[in-house]
Amino acid sequence: MPDTMTPGIASGRLSADEIAENFADLHAPLDMHEARVAADRCYFCYDAPCVAACPTEIDIPLFIRQIAVGQPEAAGRTILEQNILGGMCARVCPTEDLCEGACVREAAEGKPVEIGRLQRHATDRVMARQGHPFARAASTGKRVAVVGAGPAGLACAHRLAMRGHDVVLYDAKDKPGGLNEFGIAAYKSTDDFAAREVDWLCQIGGIELKPGHALGREITLDGLTAAFDAVFLGVGLGGVNDLDAPGAERDGVMDAVGFIAALRQADDLTRLPVGRNVVVIGGGMTAVDAAVQSKLLGAENVTIAYRRGRDRMGASRYEQDLATSKGVRIICNAQPVAIHGNGAATEIELEYTTDDGAGLKGTGETLRLPADQVFKAIGQVLTHDGLALDGRKIAVTGAGRTSRDGVWAGGDCTPGEDLTVVAVAEGRDAAEDIHVTLMGVAVRATGAVIGEAARA
Amino acid sequence: MADLTTDFVGIKSPNPFWLASAPPTDKEYNVRRAFEAGWGGVVWKTLGAEGPPVVNVNGPRYGAIWGADRRLLGLNNIELITDRPLEVNLEEMARVKADWPDRALVASIMVPCEEDAWKNILARVDETGADGIELNFGCPHGMAERGMGSAVGQVPEYIEMVTRWCKKYYDKPVIVKLTPNITDIRAPAQAAKNGGADAVSLINTINSITSVNLDTMSPEPSIDGKGSHGGYCGPAVKPIAMNMVAEIARDPATHGLPISGIGGITTWRDAAEFLSLGAGNVQVCTAAMTYGFRIVSEMKAGLSAWMDEKGYTSVDQVVGRAVPNVTDWQYLNLNYVTKARISQDDCIKCGRCFAACEDTSHQAIAMSADRTFTVIDEECVACNLCVDVCPVENCITMEELPKGAIDPRTGKKVGEYANWTTHPNNPGAVAAE
Repeated sequence: MPDTMTPGIASGRLSADEIAENFADLHAPLDMHEARVAADRCYFCYDAPCVAACPTEIDIPLFIRQIAVGQPEAAGRTILEQNILGGMCARVCPTEDLCEGACVREAAEGKPVEIGRLQRHATDRVMARQGHPFARAASTGKRVAVVGAGPAGLACAHRLAMRGHDVVLYDAKDKPGGLNEFGIAAYKSTDDFAAREVDWLCQIGGIELKPGHALGREITLDGLTAAFDAVFLGVGLGGVNDLDAPGAERDGVMDAVGFIAALRQADDLTRLPVGRNVVVIGGGMTAVDAAVQSKLLGAENVTIAYRRGRDRMGASRYEQDLATSKGVRIICNAQPVAIHGNGAATEIELEYTTDDGAGLKGTGETLRLPADQVFKAIGQVLTHDGLALDGRKIAVTGAGRTSRDGVWAGGDCTPGEDLTVVAVAEGRDAAEDIHVTLMGVAVRATGAVIGEAARA
Repeated sequence: MADLTTDFVGIKSPNPFWLASAPPTDKEYNVRRAFEAGWGGVVWKTLGAEGPPVVNVNGPRYGAIWGADRRLLGLNNIELITDRPLEVNLEEMARVKADWPDRALVASIMVPCEEDAWKNILARVDETGADGIELNFGCPHGMAERGMGSAVGQVPEYIEMVTRWCKKYYDKPVIVKLTPNITDIRAPAQAAKNGGADAVSLINTINSITSVNLDTMSPEPSIDGKGSHGGYCGPAVKPIAMNMVAEIARDPATHGLPISGIGGITTWRDAAEFLSLGAGNVQVCTAAMTYGFRIVSEMKAGLSAWMDEKGYTSVDQVVGRAVPNVTDWQYLNLNYVTKARISQDDCIKCGRCFAACEDTSHQAIAMSADRTFTVIDEECVACNLCVDVCPVENCITMEELPKGAIDPRTGKKVGEYANWTTHPNNPGAVAAE
């Protein structure tokens, strides 16, 4: 039987029980009493900083008050009106950088109101009910194509359906959900939550799901613009950056994105192989997800190697701490220069770096780590072309309008932070803009109308 | 160490903390545990007349309201006086008093308003060796419907009459326990004094409905779908009780009449406040019912430490110290001008002060784009609402404007002491000297 010390890449390093424990819910749901106690800590701030810090502008003080007074389902509705993927966001948002980071109790005591867990409590309650909480407006007769069934596309499709439009939702993969389904650590989306959330979301009706349809393969932008009244692209970043170092082609060197996706789709994690000595190159959430899950699968040594300083890591401080708490070592200011081995990788050579402000430079000093598996987590890239770009992403103005009339875009394929909650906001706002454009009516505010906005 | 022993109308106890007549003092077992825990005295749960005892409901007796984390803020009850035979209670009282001679043991009594009824029971109580009696003219539920409890306490003439009987047939101290369910607490207190009472104790519980079950549309505590008002007590009633204590302490007709303070006392500080307003000792119930008898340890240690800090060596030095500062509104200094001050170092930028002032007060707090909150002196009337709603203690304080300074709100100079009695807007004003 393999164990954590078994050399090379092997499956079954841990028992089924250990795997089950390792991949259990990262944050157990709050029960009713815990939720009320947590909710009681909210100060119901004026023009609350947490709302300003939320890309979807959920009225957080209101929903927390609704939990505190015994109306968790009303709280859930308050959340979902602004963010239809509020359930997933409650699980994956880097709340320490968003709402909870802005919470005045974080400033006061270093202990914010547990907004994320309260949001999960409320949204879980709504989703546990039969049926769907929102109804569609009367049919407009308009048809909109949404490409990409990830967070941006799902939010866009739902809002369009709610406004009475008929939506065809395409996705390149055979299963919807995008990164929620394929790209998030398993312990954040237990019990097949991503798939359940998509099913629940689509219960609003008016959304025809077409998996296995990739842009540029089964469908084209020209074809969609001809057949539909509007098109929304939420295609994400389909490609991954390559590692530019000798030995990058060796066996055992692979994309972190692919590993995470395989892990999420695996029926039995004891059969998913992982190295004894794993090195992850990169410093973002993907690097952390790959590293932590490697460790949880039974890798003996897992190291994240990041070329810049700790403060430049894309992964939040919380995620970094999570990684180290699971036994992952984080080496900063070190870049890969070679992967050694005889066929398969056995070792990675890193060079320390320095940044004097004029750019990153190698110091000449190197470090070698045993590595039978190397994950590249050095960023994803847009694969679609045909629209004007802003840097390496699709250029947009306003609420996701691209350079082409009738085509909107949002989510990771457009500029801005690559976060689920940002994608949801962009998809939602593009949907409202499409609605206004198609119908010629004034849009109602989509943000939480509170504070100064309400006084204006 | 400050001396906590008290002599309340001749009844000595090692500390001023007595357990009030209530469920915790209904029987020997509880009272022994209370004395072991360190309570200075108990007022035994109210005794009724000889004969078949009263009965209680067999469903819930208590209702409650809670604060954050289900912290009990207010309790109400529909329990009646003791439902055990008089004989049993008297025997137990005698045994406990014999074993704990240094602790105060006072018998609470409630019998019909007939001279013989009182005469008979007083002789029986006297045999127990109890240190005194407390007349229960306060219970607002159940017994009041039978012409006892608060039904007596609401009629000063009855209070005076019964008190007089008790003084006639009983030699030891008579304490009259008052109901707050009246319009002016001074009248029953005066009646008790006129009847010869050695002291009054207050408050008894307040008529209340704590909550309504919205499924069954029944008030709580619900007895088979129906509810009856109960007697409200606990931290929530403390402000009402303290005002009533102070009213009696400063009323010339009752000034100097010993008072046993009751109403939501939970900590040493609560006790110190009651003492300062004229209570000679305090009685506690809800705090013990919530946390158990052990809380008296904190009360004693806290009061003692505070007295040491302030240089008070005995409890009677504290009693009534705040009474001279309780006055009528008309005598408050209208030339005492303060302005709110927000400490930017302590501010956590929640904006509650702004919401409160902007929506419900005087628009005297400015909010900047970066959430800096500052007081607009030109608008601030010093209402204190911002201080009260701020979640950070001492973040917002009130700063007094010195005499001679210009109040930016009125444009007038802050003058010497002046009150409403001489104010030009007062039609009944008297010319200032």
